[in-house]
Amino acid sequence: MANVFAFAEARSGELRKAAFEAVTAARAVADAKGGEVHALLIGAPGIAVSAEQLGRYGADLVIVVEHAGFAHYNPEAAAATVAERLRGGAYVAAFFSASAHGRDLAPRVAAKLGLPLAADVVEFDAAAEPMTAKHPINTGKVIATLTLSATPALITLRPGAVPPVETPRAARVEVAQPGADPAASRVVVREMTQGDSAKLDLADAPVIVSGGRGLKAAENFKLVEELAEAFGNAAVGATRAVTDDGWRPHSDQIGQTGRLVSPDLYVAIGISGAIQHLAGMRTSRTIVAINRDKDAPIFKIADYGIVGDVFEIVPALTKAVREARKSR
Amino acid sequence: MKIAVCIKRAPIMDVRFKVAAGGAAVDESGLKYDIADFDSYAVEAALKLWEKDKQGEIVAISLGPDTAQETIRKALSMGVHRGIHLKVDAVPFDGFAIAQALAEALRGGGYDLILFGKLAIDSSNGVVGAMTAELLGLPCVTACSRLDVAGGKGTARRELEGGSETVEFPLPAVLTIDEGIARPRLPTLPGIMAAKKKPLEVRPAQLGEQRLRITAMELPPERAGGRIIGEGAAAVPELVRLLQTEAKVL
Repeated sequence: MANVFAFAEARSGELRKAAFEAVTAARAVADAKGGEVHALLIGAPGIAVSAEQLGRYGADLVIVVEHAGFAHYNPEAAAATVAERLRGGAYVAAFFSASAHGRDLAPRVAAKLGLPLAADVVEFDAAAEPMTAKHPINTGKVIATLTLSATPALITLRPGAVPPVETPRAARVEVAQPGADPAASRVVVREMTQGDSAKLDLADAPVIVSGGRGLKAAENFKLVEELAEAFGNAAVGATRAVTDDGWRPHSDQIGQTGRLVSPDLYVAIGISGAIQHLAGMRTSRTIVAINRDKDAPIFKIADYGIVGDVFEIVPALTKAVREARKSR
Repeated sequence: MKIAVCIKRAPIMDVRFKVAAGGAAVDESGLKYDIADFDSYAVEAALKLWEKDKQGEIVAISLGPDTAQETIRKALSMGVHRGIHLKVDAVPFDGFAIAQALAEALRGGGYDLILFGKLAIDSSNGVVGAMTAELLGLPCVTACSRLDVAGGKGTARRELEGGSETVEFPLPAVLTIDEGIARPRLPTLPGIMAAKKKPLEVRPAQLGEQRLRITAMELPPERAGGRIIGEGAAAVPELVRLLQTEAKVL
C-alpha cells in the first residue's frame, strides 16, 4: 500500500482552505500510486464535525485528535502527534501547507523523523519514483526541481498552488490521542487575533487589489478598499514602502520579504514595480497596473496598463466593476 | 545573555539569474553577495537584546565555503563579538543536512538564544531553524516579528494569514526572525575596522546525509505583459471589457 498523509490545517475550530489543498495533493499521489489518503485533524473538542468535509476532497480516513490544549496552535504537541502517526503509517508522502503554521510544523516533524523536507512546493509529480517537486528559489526568479530520495517525502505546498478538487467519498473516522501532552508544551500561544473574518486573506483571494506610494497618503487607501469591495472576492495588499510607513499592517506586504501571492487577478494601484515587489506577485495570472508614470517597471509585466491619475481612474474602475458584477 | 546568530551568504536578488551548464545550478558569474535579508534582521535582533545589559556575547555562525567569512565579518562589523565558520565546499540544498551540522556546532555552547533568519532568500526553504531546535531539544518559535525577552522567558509575535499570534517561550530557545523586528543597522567605519580584529574560528562542518537535491533548474516563463491600453478614466471601459472577455476574471 502506498498511503499518503495530509495535515488538515484548522484555525479557531474551522478547516482552512490549506487543508483541502493538502488533501487534494495527497489524493493525486494516492491515485497515482494506489493507496489511501489519511488526513490528520487536530483541534479543540468539537473539531471532529469537520472530518466529513475532508472526505469531500478525497480523504479515505480522517484521524481526529481532540484536546483542549489544541484550542490554539500548539507546535510541540502537534509536531509530536504528526510524527507519531507518520512513524507508524508507512506513508510514501506527507503534505502540509506552506502557511504560517505549516511552515512552522513541517520542519519540526521532519527533524523528529530524521527526514528532509521540500518546502514551498508549487507543483509535484505524483507518479515519480522518487518523488520530484518544483520549488521557486531566488525570490521566484528560478524554479528548482527537487528530488526527494527519502520516504515519506515531506512537502509543504504553497497556498493556492494546488486548487482543491472535490472527489467525494465517505471518510472513515478514527479517534486518536495526542503524541505528547498538549498541556506540557514549552512554547505556548497565549493569544490569537484574527483580522476581520469577513475579509479574505491574501492567500485565499482570487483577486488582490494592492496599493503603493502613488496613493500619497494612508487615508487614500480607501480607494483600494472600495475597489476590492466592488470585486466582492478581493483582498487588499500593499507594497513595502506603504507598510514601512504604517499605512497598512506589515502582514499586508506583498514582495520579496513579505507575502508571495498568485491570484487570478492582481490590480496594482500607484505601484511603480520595484523588483522586490514584483518578486511577490509576478506569478499572478492577470496583472492590471494603474500608474501615472508610463515608464514605471510595473507596466512591463502588466497584461493591461492604464497610464494616468489613480485618483481619477480608480473610482471610475470601482464604479464600472460594480456595474459589471450587477449586470452579470 | 549569550546569543548565537546563524547567518548565510546569499546572492543579491536584483539581477536576472541564469542557469549554469549542467542545468541544476545558478550561474554564479557576475553575482554579488551579502548576508541573506532575514539573517540581517536576526543579527539586529541579537544586537538589540545584547545592548539591554551588555552582558555575555553574540556569536555569528555561518556554514559555507571560505567566502562565508565575508558574511561573518559583515555581522562582526555590525557589532557581533566573534564568529564561527563551519567550513564546507558548498552549501547543500537539503536543510536537514545543514541543521545537523549546526546542531553539532551549537550543542554545549551555553547559548541562551539561537537566532536564525525566517528563511534564506536564495534557497527559500525556511526549515533549518526549526530543525536545529528539534535536534537540540530546544523550544522554538518561528517567524517572530516582535520579540521581548526578560527574566529567562520571552514573548514573540508571529504573523499569520489574516491575523497574528502571541507566543510565550522559556529560554534557552531557538527563534527565527521575520522582518518587522527592527531595521538592520548599517556597519559603521569604526565597526568595520574593529571587525577585522575580532576572533573568527574555522571548524569543519559535520553535514548530514543529503537526501533532497536540486536535479533541474529552469527560469519561469517571461510574462508577455507590457500592454498599455489607454490613458486616464477613458480607458476604464476597455479594461473592464478585457477583464470580462479576454482574461475572464470579472
